[in-house]
Amino acid sequence: MIDLSTQYLGLKLKSPLVVSSSPLTESAENIQRLEEAGAAAVVLPSIFEEQLTLESNALDQDLTRGTESFAEALSYFPVYEDYRQGQDAYLSQLRRAKSVASIPVLASLNGVTAKGWVRFAKEIEQAGADALELNTYSLATKFSDTSAMVENGIAALVREVKHATRIPVAVKLSPQYTSIPHLAMELDRSGADALVLFNRFYQPDFDLENLDVCPRLTLSRPEELLLRLHWVAILYGDVKADLAVTGGVHGAEDVLKCVMAGAQVAMMASALLAKGIPHLKTVHADLVRWMEEHEYESILQMRGSLSRRAVPDPSAFERGNYIKTLSSFTLRPTAAPFTVPYN
Amino acid sequence: MREQETAILDGNEACASVAYRLAQVITIYPITPSSTMAEWADQWKEEGRKNVWGTIPVVCEMQSEGGAAGAMHGALQAGAFGTTFTASQGLLLMIPNMYKIAGELTCNVIHVTARAVATHALSIFGDQSDVMACRSTGYAMLSSNSVQEAGDIALIAHIATLESRVPFLHFFDGFRTSHEINKVYEIADETIRALLDEKFVLSHRQRALTPDQPILRGSAQNPDVFFQAREACNPYYLACPTIVQDAMDRFARETGRAYHLFDYVGAPDADRVIVMMGSGAGAVEETINHLNAQGEKLGLVKVRLYRPFAAEAFLAALPATVKSIAVLDRTKEPGALGEPLYQDVITAFGEAVSEGSSPFAQQPKVIGGRYGLSSKEFTPAMAKGVFDEMRKPKMKNHFTIGINDDVTHTSLAYDPEFSTEDPRTVRALFYGLGSDGTVGANKNSIKIIGSETPGYAQGYFVYDSKKSGSVTTSHLRFGPDPIRSTYLISNANFVACHQFQFLERMDILAATAPGAVFLLNSPYGPDEIWQHLPLKTQETILKKKLKFYVIDGYTVAREAGMGNRINTIMQTCFFAISGVLPRDEAIEQIKKAIKKTYGKRGDAVVQQNFAAVDAALSHLHEVKLPEKATATFDILPMMPAEAPAFVRDVLGAMAAGHGDLLPVSALPPGGTFPTGTAKWEKRNIAQMIPVWDEQLCIQCGKCVMVCPHAVIRAKVYDSAVLASAPATFKSAKPKWKGMEEELYTLQVAPEDCTGCSLCVEICPVKSKSEAKHKAINMEMQAPLREAEALNWSFFEALPTVERGRLSHTQVKDIQLLDPLFEFSGACAGCGETPYLKLLTQLFGDRLYIANATGCSSIYGGNLPTTPYTVNQSGRGPTWSNSLFEDNAEFGLGMRLALDQQKGYAESLLGRLAPVLGDDLVTAIVGATQIKESEIDEQRQRVRLVREKLVGVDSAEARALLAVADSLVRKSVWIIGGDGWAYDIGFGGLDHVLGSGQNVKVLVLDTETYSNTGGQMSKATPRGAVAKFAEGGKPNAKKDLAMEAVAYGSVYVARVAMGGSDMQTVKAFQEAEAYNGPAIIIAYSHCIAHGYDLTYGMEQQKNAVLSGYWPLMRYNPALREQGKNPFQLDSKAPTMALKQYSYHEARYTMLARSRPDVAKKLLQEAQDDVERSWRVYAGRAAMPGRGETPHIAPPEPEGKVAPLGTGGNQ
Repeated sequence: MIDLSTQYLGLKLKSPLVVSSSPLTESAENIQRLEEAGAAAVVLPSIFEEQLTLESNALDQDLTRGTESFAEALSYFPVYEDYRQGQDAYLSQLRRAKSVASIPVLASLNGVTAKGWVRFAKEIEQAGADALELNTYSLATKFSDTSAMVENGIAALVREVKHATRIPVAVKLSPQYTSIPHLAMELDRSGADALVLFNRFYQPDFDLENLDVCPRLTLSRPEELLLRLHWVAILYGDVKADLAVTGGVHGAEDVLKCVMAGAQVAMMASALLAKGIPHLKTVHADLVRWMEEHEYESILQMRGSLSRRAVPDPSAFERGNYIKTLSSFTLRPTAAPFTVPYN
Repeated sequence: MREQETAILDGNEACASVAYRLAQVITIYPITPSSTMAEWADQWKEEGRKNVWGTIPVVCEMQSEGGAAGAMHGALQAGAFGTTFTASQGLLLMIPNMYKIAGELTCNVIHVTARAVATHALSIFGDQSDVMACRSTGYAMLSSNSVQEAGDIALIAHIATLESRVPFLHFFDGFRTSHEINKVYEIADETIRALLDEKFVLSHRQRALTPDQPILRGSAQNPDVFFQAREACNPYYLACPTIVQDAMDRFARETGRAYHLFDYVGAPDADRVIVMMGSGAGAVEETINHLNAQGEKLGLVKVRLYRPFAAEAFLAALPATVKSIAVLDRTKEPGALGEPLYQDVITAFGEAVSEGSSPFAQQPKVIGGRYGLSSKEFTPAMAKGVFDEMRKPKMKNHFTIGINDDVTHTSLAYDPEFSTEDPRTVRALFYGLGSDGTVGANKNSIKIIGSETPGYAQGYFVYDSKKSGSVTTSHLRFGPDPIRSTYLISNANFVACHQFQFLERMDILAATAPGAVFLLNSPYGPDEIWQHLPLKTQETILKKKLKFYVIDGYTVAREAGMGNRINTIMQTCFFAISGVLPRDEAIEQIKKAIKKTYGKRGDAVVQQNFAAVDAALSHLHEVKLPEKATATFDILPMMPAEAPAFVRDVLGAMAAGHGDLLPVSALPPGGTFPTGTAKWEKRNIAQMIPVWDEQLCIQCGKCVMVCPHAVIRAKVYDSAVLASAPATFKSAKPKWKGMEEELYTLQVAPEDCTGCSLCVEICPVKSKSEAKHKAINMEMQAPLREAEALNWSFFEALPTVERGRLSHTQVKDIQLLDPLFEFSGACAGCGETPYLKLLTQLFGDRLYIANATGCSSIYGGNLPTTPYTVNQSGRGPTWSNSLFEDNAEFGLGMRLALDQQKGYAESLLGRLAPVLGDDLVTAIVGATQIKESEIDEQRQRVRLVREKLVGVDSAEARALLAVADSLVRKSVWIIGGDGWAYDIGFGGLDHVLGSGQNVKVLVLDTETYSNTGGQMSKATPRGAVAKFAEGGKPNAKKDLAMEAVAYGSVYVARVAMGGSDMQTVKAFQEAEAYNGPAIIIAYSHCIAHGYDLTYGMEQQKNAVLSGYWPLMRYNPALREQGKNPFQLDSKAPTMALKQYSYHEARYTMLARSRPDVAKKLLQEAQDDVERSWRVYAGRAAMPGRGETPHIAPPEPEGKVAPLGTGGNQ
């Protein structure tokens, strides 16, 4: 019997197949189906602090507009005793998820201010989340912000959240930092229980007809996996925090690669959004089949087996690989002839 | 006596709270100022509050007050306790049922916020003309004079009706009592239970109809018995006063508050006594206390039980010493011997004398007078004026007080300076804008002081007649004793002006007491403010030695992330400098109030408000006053000097808030006013206005089309005039064929714009080098004002393009047609007014408008000014409002009259043919008048007739001159909102559509009763939250279009300007051209939908794209051409309903509050869309008659004789 189990954030998972934060995990019904299809854990969609602020302001403005201005119509809406804020809905969504799922449920929080992070982290813990994923998706658009300021800011937030909550905390990073190992080490020191690599950037697109800038959401592509594998393989063994890959995991082979690079879990979303929840069953079956065919006994056995530490030539993960890759490009039959610039 | 809790309530809440607990069935319908009682009932029902019998009352909105009374009558007959709330015309609609309910001796209470009945004009304000119209219904009538009494007497009415079996009308003055906030004792459930006699409760239920013990009630009776049966009720009315007094006595034992049928206050040995009922009693009582303390002998009888009038109790209430009595009526009965209460008093005295039972040795003299109509101020000064009159040997009878009647000289003189204000009372006046939150903050302040201190507090709020940029005045009193001053503050020791621009045209400090504190929200700091104050303001500050503070509230608000909401900041400043509460305690209480008010809307809003409180104090500065006034400018008049005299002197006085000072002679009897007056009232309410980029503009005309206030205009004109144009006047080459040699200008009226920015949103052009820059862009108004005002004047004087040169079906061309509806006081970004403007552009110079009561009658016809105007030939829409419920019939009447006049004129033409010439007569009578050019030709012919009749001395000639204009085609448009068309006026509308007459109906469908504050109508969509549909409307919107289509002979269109402006224009043109009834149902975005109206047109587009609002036209004229009359003008839905509806708070607030309900209703609403789409698409796909064979089987040849031949028929 092959042992697919793994440990992530101190939680024992039946396999490394985790469904990442996405619209898929919004409903309890889906979470149930995901569990049946083989998910070992799910991460709920992110709750955004800015969104809560915007919602609060919009609600206030919408209910206030036009009031106390005209003798016949001093208000336009009935008064409700209470409005569910974004976090109320989120927490009840979390509670519902917990009530239907026997697998761990991770909440995801995308904050802006230390206050927001800490307040929501506490509430999330109280609502029964098994762990918390902090999404650090932020853009440094101020010209005065240095990279050190940005990184220190993240580390400080992690410390605060860790201080405020007892449940494990994973930190989801974006790939665009000058020194990912250094940042990882800092987060390690700040108490992060896991690092999730990587967030995907959603850059707006340009609408040429309407001269507009509009948001565009695209699903991940398998080739995005390589960046993640690369960094997991480098970090593996040198950080205490668990490692997770998200972005570009589409099939069983991708999962295997993630684990071999050193990840505890491989997170999927785009492939399931594109192919449907049953695809997870296929991935699970393929994973088992591959391991059987290749006579692996457990996931644990292969974990980190292709990490920088474990491969005979670590230069593949370092600068040498760059040269190697560029050279190999010329071998592709469909590519145009390539000339190394410094030749 | 029970322990009692105090609360800060208004009269409506105090009354509704009792009524709700004593009712099982509450039938409601919105009407100002009673609507909030119904809203409370609906809200409590949703919250699951129970009545004293432990059940949640049914609260059911009806289609009209007539319906509410009918349903209540039914509920009563079936054994439930029923109640309703109403006022004014609404009460009048209940009268038929009131006769029935009383005739059947049925326990019932109707609560009325007494309001003026519409006569020469509508008025939403308080007087007792409505309740007085019910005197003969058989209802007992009980009056409350204050917020406390509104609850107390409500309970007494409910208790007394049970034992007496006489139904009760309980009333209190609209606004003055219904909307005044005061600290009062609440009525506990235990108090109600203690007074409620179970025996009478059961009796009422036992009298109910039931098939288990069947009875018949409501028979038809004949001359033999009706009379006797009518008299059979007498014992009940005779017993009623005793029963009421008994209920009052028991109430007093429970609460300590004693009431009597007639309450006397004042000197026991008074020589002069006023008799009255309602809120004015507060002002009289204050006057009496004040003057009696100075040795006078004055008294007041407060009439509580007005019907049945207990004459004996009345006479007993008067002191034996009384020599003269003045009876004050808050109503007018033209032609009567005197007003009702006066007549009753006279009768009481007369009967006592004639029966020999008069308790007076010397009969007192009695005079009667009118006061306070339509919430006209009634002050202690006026009360003193009445008492002074009563001292005269020859008193003026049938007087008026509070106005200057210089026509029939009824008015009494009084000294307006006389004041009875308690010096210990803090009197604070706040001037704000509706949108800045001043009133809300003041309501909070009252609650803070009223509930956190042992002191008493009172608040009364005055709003102006506009919906956009409206000025609010808050009158707040705080003091150690209960506050019974039922009049506005005229001597304030704190005045706050929350809007700097008010200083330009308003004398803000007119009501300031010497030494008062003046707080100004000012963009100028303490060192520079002085030079920006008008001369009079400077002089007042110095003369009255005011303590003057400034704060730049808008900067503080912006920095705290609160946008334009300065309420919290100004409230903090008030507490900081008024000394009403210790500063720290006040700050703490403000924060507590913020948490309570905004907490449910999310933490972000709370935090922003906290930040604003903290920032306010550090930005508040006292101004060091110079020694003398130095200003070189003064307060400007409301209307410019060049305005017509009536506009300047009469309407201008009203606009300036001095309407109270206008004498009777200044006002037209019968209520007829000139149009074209809104243009004189330059309100300057927009902080930002649109600015045209003539280089970028493609001259599409969309901005002109959507502008709700007609402040964006376009003209094409002779380029030669540019020579005299102001320096900054812009122009461009016209993009029309045949106009290339002329110039085009798009001009904004900078002082009339409301800054809604719908125009910028609709503009389709973007700069190629900077995407955010459009062909029209919002910029700060202040720096542009002067130059653009000059440009506007120049532009206005340019001739308009000859209408014949333009296509009246193209949006691009329509921008060049004169709008004859401009600068209305509608909400900024209103969704209704663009349709009205378009209507006037197309047919305005021959337009009759019958306007149902509602938003469109308010922004269309509320004084001081009207937006309807005339073109350069002096022609324009003529407008009238009858009622809410009868508008379709009203418009039909206009049509019938016009057709009749035309027929008469034609017959006169025939008779005058020898004078006029046969050719002219034939041409006039045979004129087709379909195209505008043909109508113009007819106008020329009629002009010729007039010329030819000059000097013809015959009755026929004079008669023809009087009706000749009817020969030119006129258009009658019946306009109203969905409350009218779908609910209260539907019966009439349906009848008029079925009449076949040539009338046009425009339904401005905002899907809610917008004007009364967003109550549900049958146009409210499923899933939307509205008042009276607090849990989300569970039913689908009525499809009025398909109901009208069902006639087959009515032109019907559903339009949404934001969905397709072309289709809108087409519908208006086709409706007008169709020779029969037509109805256009126009989607109108509304402030009651809960989103920023800047995006109104986009939301209209989404309504169409989602299939929620399919665009269609049904043109019966097409059938005659063999075509399918049903045309679908929009495509199958391309977006989910949610994508449209969840932009609006009316839907999202339900999703936030009751997500499961919202989800279910959304799904059902989506199904509605799909079902309706299939019906529409099916109708549109049907072949026309010309494309299919006849469906009916052919008649068998030779077997049936043709109709009319007398054969087998």
